[in-house]
Amino acid sequence: MNRTDVGEAITRAHHEQWARVVAALARRFGDLDIAEEAAAEAFATAVARWPADGVPPNPGGWLTTTATRKAIDRIRREHRRDDKQREAQMVHDDDPPEPLGAVDDERLRLIFTCCHPALAMETRVALTLRMVGGLTMPEIARAFLVQETTMAQRITRAKAKIKAAGIPYRVPSAEDLPARVSGVLAVLFLVFNEGYLATGPDSDPVRHDLTAEAIRLTRLVRALLPQDGEVAGLLALMLLTEARRTARVSSTGELVSLDQQDRGAWDAALVAEGHRLVRERLAAGKPPGRYQVLAAINAVHTSARDVRDTDWSQVVALYDQLVRLDPSPIVALNRAVAVAELDGPEVALAAVDRLEGTLAGYHAFHATRADLLRRLGRSQESRAAYDAAIGLAGNTAEIAYLTRRRDQLG
Amino acid sequence: MQYLVSVIDDGTGPDTPTEQAAIDAFNDRLRAEGHWVFAGGLGSPEPATVVDNRNGEAFLTDGPFVESKEYMAGFWIIEAADLDKALKLATEGSKACNRKIEVRPFL
Repeated sequence: MNRTDVGEAITRAHHEQWARVVAALARRFGDLDIAEEAAAEAFATAVARWPADGVPPNPGGWLTTTATRKAIDRIRREHRRDDKQREAQMVHDDDPPEPLGAVDDERLRLIFTCCHPALAMETRVALTLRMVGGLTMPEIARAFLVQETTMAQRITRAKAKIKAAGIPYRVPSAEDLPARVSGVLAVLFLVFNEGYLATGPDSDPVRHDLTAEAIRLTRLVRALLPQDGEVAGLLALMLLTEARRTARVSSTGELVSLDQQDRGAWDAALVAEGHRLVRERLAAGKPPGRYQVLAAINAVHTSARDVRDTDWSQVVALYDQLVRLDPSPIVALNRAVAVAELDGPEVALAAVDRLEGTLAGYHAFHATRADLLRRLGRSQESRAAYDAAIGLAGNTAEIAYLTRRRDQLG
Repeated sequence: MQYLVSVIDDGTGPDTPTEQAAIDAFNDRLRAEGHWVFAGGLGSPEPATVVDNRNGEAFLTDGPFVESKEYMAGFWIIEAADLDKALKLATEGSKACNRKIEVRPFL
């Protein structure tokens, strides 16, 4: 096996096994810091050893065993309180496994711990991206539009609180579950989004590992709470978005916008499943939450065989509904994109320009402006807006797309 | 783990008889279920005195160490398996005494 193959095996193991290793260690040692540091050490050991020794037949098992040894070494070195007792427990781990509660998935335990209501919402999301998603600090900071040091402090404080305040490492009991789900959904949606439009200069433009993990975990939550409309809505939204994944990046690694995509390349099975979920929610006749409305918007897009058949008035109507549920500037920006199709780019541009105060640091704001200005023939201003968008964008495929659009301007 | 469950008051009024009865019932439950360690009510902050003997000469200050509209009016020390259990008890305690409550773990 050559060096490139080993490198790829390590990257793949990181994508597939990170959360499993962290979750297994967190459960065993009851300490997220130890779990994370030992997992990181195990991956560092893999980088050092696998090129010479070869990739082990079961990389996940190898990593968990190595990380467990690292954790025990660390605890021994630190001479913790109750040292001997803890060590005995760790070395002879033959206690009957704890009952798993309502959800039989180690990673879901980790998510519910990271999404504990005693933590601030933004902290829950950041911690889950770090511990469960295995994202790096710069990736998480970008996803939140904050400084890396701010994010690092937030995560450190959260881990310290989990330890000091005694936040338990478990899936909540059935009675507490519904109240704890909204935070989990927010987290899963952000994990999905980071996978769908990865932000790092060195990462693949689409990280299927993250989108697949977000979908898998959302399916688990849905199995648990089949009557929860927002869980169904979020799953539908993810499926309808994921269905377009392969059509979204060209063979030259460039982002393909929705109107340019080869609709024949969309995953018909995922589209059908997503539509089924949206219809199920409509039939339920209950007022929808934001995920259900977002899923409905995506259902309208994926119902059109050709972009010209898109029912834009319905899309705008759904965005109006969404603005009432979530009056954030990003929703207003997306609404403006639909308004451009219905009422023309001039009306949309006026709406977009009103958002400058809050969204000036967000690449999609400038990319949207650039496109509208281009359609209005204001090439000079459009070029400047493309430059601003390219400067702020993190996704490699999106940068390639924006650069080509800019260079096409007369 | 042990938790300090502080009752936060803003001086809106004394305990009503209904609150007193609810607190008694809640205390009985804490004892019956093995969560009880200690509890007590505190006088208002005005008669507090701050003592500073860090320099070997006691310096007394009339009044509480921090001026604030909100103050600690009483507390429970409870034994609970984890924060979820402590928060559940605090939720009931808040209802019983009709006040906001802060939960902090002992080190």
